[in-house]
Amino acid sequence: MSEDFPRPLPEADETSQEFWDGAMAGKLMLMRCTECGLWRLPSRPHCDGCLSDQFTWEQASGRGAVRTFGVMHQKYHPGWAAIAPYNVTIVELEEGPRLPTNVVGIPNDQIRVGMPVIVEFEQHEDVALPKFRPA
Amino acid sequence: MGHPMRGATAITGFGMTPMGRIYKSTMELAADATRTAIKDAGLRKDQIDGLLINAGVTGTTGGGVSLGLQNYLGLQDLRLLNHMNAAGSTAAQMVQYASLAIASGMANHVLCVFADAPLKDGSSAGAAYGGAARNPQRPRGMSGLYPASGYYGANTPYALAARRHMADYGTTQDQLGTIAVGQRQWATMNPLAQMRSPITMEDYHNSRWIIEPLHLLDCCLVSNGAVAVIVSSAAAAREMPQPPVYVWGMGQGHPGDNSRTGSNWETETGAKLAAKTAYGMAGVGPSDISSCQVYDCYTYTVLVTLEDYGFCKKGEGGPYVEDGKLGPGGSLPTNTGGGELSAYYMWGMTPLSEAIIQGRGHGGDRQVKNDVILATGNGGSLSYHACLILSPHAN
Repeated sequence: MSEDFPRPLPEADETSQEFWDGAMAGKLMLMRCTECGLWRLPSRPHCDGCLSDQFTWEQASGRGAVRTFGVMHQKYHPGWAAIAPYNVTIVELEEGPRLPTNVVGIPNDQIRVGMPVIVEFEQHEDVALPKFRPA
Repeated sequence: MGHPMRGATAITGFGMTPMGRIYKSTMELAADATRTAIKDAGLRKDQIDGLLINAGVTGTTGGGVSLGLQNYLGLQDLRLLNHMNAAGSTAAQMVQYASLAIASGMANHVLCVFADAPLKDGSSAGAAYGGAARNPQRPRGMSGLYPASGYYGANTPYALAARRHMADYGTTQDQLGTIAVGQRQWATMNPLAQMRSPITMEDYHNSRWIIEPLHLLDCCLVSNGAVAVIVSSAAAAREMPQPPVYVWGMGQGHPGDNSRTGSNWETETGAKLAAKTAYGMAGVGPSDISSCQVYDCYTYTVLVTLEDYGFCKKGEGGPYVEDGKLGPGGSLPTNTGGGELSAYYMWGMTPLSEAIIQGRGHGGDRQVKNDVILATGNGGSLSYHACLILSPHAN
């Protein structure tokens, strides 16, 4: 990683605070609708299935599969350009939601669609990022 | 009994600016295309009583054509006006809303304008769409996972979609390459195209990776320019100077959040829903379509769109295109001007403009059979879709 241009690190907003707090503690926390049971990423305060605003925070299993991936060569952000080519991956969690991430621990040419993966957290000073390695 | 909208309206005016590194403001470009379109339609400016406007990427990044275009063009007493944005599906949608307004008596001649100028003198085409990546502020909330994963630009979701299609159905890089090579062949016959030198499969494979599985030659161009289209009633069209291009069918399909549980957005697009509506209205099916002008932000978009319009079964798009049937001399001439890959990138106006040129019979060396033309628009990350079925025949 280039020190002059660190890769972008997100910060919590009101809706997603518990997700980021959970990540710092090594837990993948998701919202789950109290009315219909649908799991979701905490992007919005209501369920995209039934629009209910009643939910609980629950810890996800951390297990999922590679839904799809690409290997990025184009240099967009200087922090990422320094490590290109790198994989950009969508992981589909066992609970259903999908999140953008990177597969770690194996070379890009060994990543496969459908490959089972498990979460681990990349720790930074004040934020932790969910990444996935082969399960 | 046919659908009442089938053949109710027609495209009667058409204007385009030169395409590419044309350094003018979007408003000036819009005025240039409009001047040409009004003259082309044989109208006076005061006969235009509807205006629909679509800014391209500059609508988001700055400098985009605005609602103020009405005043800039000196249009008065409009009976229909809006600034619309459903990404690359907007161009077809403008013609749809114009047609509905005309058929209901709300307007007579509706001007639909797209203008964009993302290319700046001295900066790369890539910077036009990827510039936001350098934002020094920390991204907030869950959307921050995208930059935190190096997920940037429009290229990424389309690479992810293509990868999924390859994994599910065995679609190959060569099959995508066939689309790129075929469209460049068409572009060599289009004096308006930005890229007119032929390419080979070897050139395709040697072009640099953007994001695997997409090479540079899988990706559309970036263009400055404007396109203006005038829609009128079929009755009015018959008294106007240009060969009318009748609107036979219209449809839309917008599948919803790609990240939602259970979505198959990568391989099944809104085109499927739009096709059902448009085919039903036009009273035609895929076997009646003589040529296609399909939104081609990427080679893959063409392949998946043709599947969703029923030209072949789901998953068989690769083998379907492999024999070159989309290129010159093929059985389903597609993107006959070179499309967004090789001609110019005016969002949904790229396929629509070529559909008008072909529908009028003005295609010159590249003119193909035009009895029923499918023109589609797609936007977002395969998120928005609209289409028109057009014909030079009134019914």
